[in-house]
Amino acid sequence: MKSLAELQAIRDRMRGQIELRESGDDRIRVVVGMATCGIAAGARPVLNAFLEEVAKRQLKNVTVSQTGCIGVCRLEPIVEVYVPGQEKVTYVKMSPDKVASVVSEHLVNGRVVTEYTIGAAE
Amino acid sequence: MKEIALHVLDIAQNSISARAVHLDVTLEEGAEALTLTIADDGVGMSPELLAQVSDPFTTTRTTRKMGLGLPLLRLAAEQTGGSLSIESAPGVGTTVTAVFLTNHIDCPPLGDIAGTVVLLIQGAPELELVYNHRRGDKLSHLDTRELRALLGPQVSLSEPEVILWLRDYLQEQEALLSDT
Repeated sequence: MKSLAELQAIRDRMRGQIELRESGDDRIRVVVGMATCGIAAGARPVLNAFLEEVAKRQLKNVTVSQTGCIGVCRLEPIVEVYVPGQEKVTYVKMSPDKVASVVSEHLVNGRVVTEYTIGAAE
Repeated sequence: MKEIALHVLDIAQNSISARAVHLDVTLEEGAEALTLTIADDGVGMSPELLAQVSDPFTTTRTTRKMGLGLPLLRLAAEQTGGSLSIESAPGVGTTVTAVFLTNHIDCPPLGDIAGTVVLLIQGAPELELVYNHRRGDKLSHLDTRELRALLGPQVSLSEPEVILWLRDYLQEQEALLSDT
């Protein structure tokens, strides 16, 4: 049984890490489309999978956030990845099982997973 | 939308877009009905907009914050013999209430409501979100003000580790509702 008091232990563990973080400009941003179209297409488990992978790998330079309708509803769930100094990469028709390879290849090793991108789908 | 929880995730985004500071998400389960209430203190809607929001054809892109979300929720609720009502006033906020008759064959399952609530927090960590889910005399409850008091000012509620812990915590609370 979990107790809310455990949050204080998480807080104490994280305080030290937050100070070591890179400043806002150097962070990789992962943005998941969470409008009606995205949610209906299965964006919630995709977002969850990103949070799990980022936490598991302790990626302190990655921010996972949500946005509204990106505008290509038929290709949802859509995930945009912004690496500082590089062009935005748009992944389409995402599913939780594709997330691990995007995280390990793109976010960690810097290689775009071309087969999942909008360029490959269209 | 295969789950009521997905509607919650979708409709609550409207409240966030409407710059709500406080959001109450309440589920009340009785013998025959599940009542979902999403109440915010956001900008609210004019009577003209309020009259249109359930119509998917007149509302698309008249304002960006509205679209198919409310019409889909209305359809899902009415298909079970239930109903949808929206109260709203500019400057006061908006309350959406959906009633699902749970014995109806078309009633969708509640689904992963813990996953929904924590992703709402992840997307809007500054929001005062109060979640209450009552089933009989049992209650599953979460209040982001209490969580923030425990976490202190440095650690955001949107941190992946915090969100994943909250998901497990809330899933346990939800499971307790089913224990007899």
